[in-house]
Amino acid sequence: MTRKQRRLTLIGAGLGVLGLAAGLVLYALNDAIVFFNSPSDVVEKHIAPGSRIRLGGLVKPGSLVRGDNLAIRFEVTDGNKSLPVSYTGILPDLFREGQGVVTEGAMDVAGTFKADSVLAKHDETYMPKEVADALKKQGHWKTEGGGYGLAGGATPVGAKK
Amino acid sequence: MIPELGHYALVLALALALVQAVVPLWGARANDATLMGVGASTALAQFVFVAASFGALTAAYVGSDFTVLNVFQNSHSTMPLVYKFTSVWGNHEGSMLLWVLILALFGALVALFGSNLPATLKANVLAVQAWIACAFYLFILITSNPFARLAQAPAEGRDLNPILQDIGLAVHPPLLYLGYVGFSISFSFAIAALIDGKIDAAWARWVRPWTLVAWMFLTLGIAMGSYWAYYELGWGGWWFWDPVENASLMPWIAGTALLHSAVVMEKRNALKIWTILLAILTFSLSLLGTFLVRSGVLTSVHTFATDPSRGVFILAILVLFIGGALALYAWRAPALKQGGIFAPISREGALVFNNLFLTSACATVFVGTLYPLALEALTGDKISVGAPFFNLTFGPLFVPLLIAVPFGPLLAWKRGDLFGAAQRLIWAAALGIAALAVTFAIQRGGPVLAPFGVGLAVYVMIGALIDPIERIGLFRQPYAVAFARARGLPRSAWGTAVAHFAAGMLLFGVIAESQWNSERIVSLKPGGSVSVSGYDLTLDQMVPRKGPNYSELIARFTVRRDGEVVDVLEPSKRTFPQRQMSTTEAALLTRGASQLYLSLGDVAADGAIAIRLYHKPLVLLIWFGCVVMVLGGALSLSDRRLRVGAPKPARKSALQPAE
Repeated sequence: MTRKQRRLTLIGAGLGVLGLAAGLVLYALNDAIVFFNSPSDVVEKHIAPGSRIRLGGLVKPGSLVRGDNLAIRFEVTDGNKSLPVSYTGILPDLFREGQGVVTEGAMDVAGTFKADSVLAKHDETYMPKEVADALKKQGHWKTEGGGYGLAGGATPVGAKK
Repeated sequence: MIPELGHYALVLALALALVQAVVPLWGARANDATLMGVGASTALAQFVFVAASFGALTAAYVGSDFTVLNVFQNSHSTMPLVYKFTSVWGNHEGSMLLWVLILALFGALVALFGSNLPATLKANVLAVQAWIACAFYLFILITSNPFARLAQAPAEGRDLNPILQDIGLAVHPPLLYLGYVGFSISFSFAIAALIDGKIDAAWARWVRPWTLVAWMFLTLGIAMGSYWAYYELGWGGWWFWDPVENASLMPWIAGTALLHSAVVMEKRNALKIWTILLAILTFSLSLLGTFLVRSGVLTSVHTFATDPSRGVFILAILVLFIGGALALYAWRAPALKQGGIFAPISREGALVFNNLFLTSACATVFVGTLYPLALEALTGDKISVGAPFFNLTFGPLFVPLLIAVPFGPLLAWKRGDLFGAAQRLIWAAALGIAALAVTFAIQRGGPVLAPFGVGLAVYVMIGALIDPIERIGLFRQPYAVAFARARGLPRSAWGTAVAHFAAGMLLFGVIAESQWNSERIVSLKPGGSVSVSGYDLTLDQMVPRKGPNYSELIARFTVRRDGEVVDVLEPSKRTFPQRQMSTTEAALLTRGASQLYLSLGDVAADGAIAIRLYHKPLVLLIWFGCVVMVLGGALSLSDRRLRVGAPKPARKSALQPAE
């Protein structure tokens, strides 16, 4: 083999592997990503029951109901619309009424969001970034003035079914 | 007074770095030994001043000096002493100070141990280090001053984030930073070589130990972070494909590729331009990681208080260094001479194969991590790219790579015998297939992936040992002979075998944990019991207890197996009044490499408590694998021929027998 042929082999192999990687990435991007929606988005976009999404907003104060066998119901609101969410399992440490939450799952035909995981991802203002943006969009965002704010960690604490 | 001294020391370190950024470079151009020598002195002095600055902040924390804003926000007088030390870097400002401390440490190490480097190379390397240092000193001084004071001193601090009040904070960040920042040395060497326009096998001989050290620390740092998340977050996951984790994984993969390509460059003087590019990319990915974690574009436990000006500043550093380095590369790399030729089937070819797959895998992680950010910026759509994406992309790319791993060391340099290597691997393949069959028979209808994963893991582990076994003549020679030969075998050969073996261990652990994990989530009242994988747990009682700065509720469980008491587990739920946060402290029962994992949920109105119970078979192999991998790296590092102080001329090393 000449130097040129060797180089071509090398470049060919490189392109081959990169092509494989690109193919896998494109396939996975079609298949394995989840869109984030606020309750208003879900209503406006008419998201089909069964399609997997992330639903985020505030846990509506007073809406948390604990049933038997770790069944939990609560409502997620963005100020304009609210959606009932049902979940079975253990809620993360930082789950609280009136505070931000992100859940993952799908709508059922009755209009309840069946969550199979509940994430309480917080930054120092106890608000997931996605939720804060969704609330801003709905015009329900108040910037808290004064004080230093609680500096320190945000927390990807999750609960999975 | 002490915080002001710390602040002043940091400003002095910046001044020294500015001198170091210019004078040695000038000296290298003018070929003036005195000017070039300045770099070593300033590098050492810089380290002394940054250490003083770091010491000042530590003193403020240990003394609970709440007049310092940073201490007020992240400490509390009742916090145990060890956390007062660790909370120095448990916040944005302090962690950046740790970053520059480690950068200065590496600069000082080059100054100390680089006495046998060519003077111009050493001067250039130290100058490039100083450029990085200048950028980050400015970043700290302008946007993230840890020494800012409060006009009116509060009586009490706000406490450290409870999740960070763990011994993990003492271990994970320093190790991770030693890795991240350690790659700056490879970067500086690459830039220095491009400035010099000269690069040869000797260059690789110097760069390899530095890269290896950084890689070892990064491996440990990631592994410790993973174990910390596993036991602290309370739901038993050890890797979440969280963007912040990916930010540390990307430099690790690129660094692993760099280690392997540097071998080709050192032994065969080939792949020079590629190795330089990898060195630049590895540190660029470290910088990208710092940006992702510190700028606040992502929300995670690692993101402390967000401030847009910081994000913009780090982004500017990122663009300047990556853009500048790549531009320099595009300009100077074509001038570098091409090295030795090799056939596609050869040791070099195998290492190229390794590099191709590692960089492609790294690219998929890159896309998966940054695509959501790009999409949100462009269309406003918010998406999450999680485990399913990475399992689909990262997984398939690692399978061919792992199959190829045992082949590498069995192929000769320049031209290898693929069929011969395959014949020598027959035992590894046979044992792998046997493991596959046995697993398949035992689990009967369990997950399909498990037997194949176990088979591959066994093949990788045995395959890694074939090379040393054959070379020392184990099973063919008397044991005394084999033992004598084993001692004579170069440490780097042992290092390779051990590290590759560890890759198999890691895979075994990942497969076992992900495929055979059993989980129970139930609600229990005292006296109630639950079983998983042959273990019976009874909730005896729930006891409140008071800690130094928290109160906790402990649930005491007795664990029985076949009626015999095995152990008592005490998972707890802690409440930290200062931050009004609670944390879940999981209880672990280790049996061999498997673990029983128990964590608590909420207490219901009727007094029942929710519990989460896992049996995680062989889960510890994941972290043992990482530790053994690092041991392999340490063995390689201790090889006399690799020692930092033992460079040899390029021509000779190219003729050395291939190991």
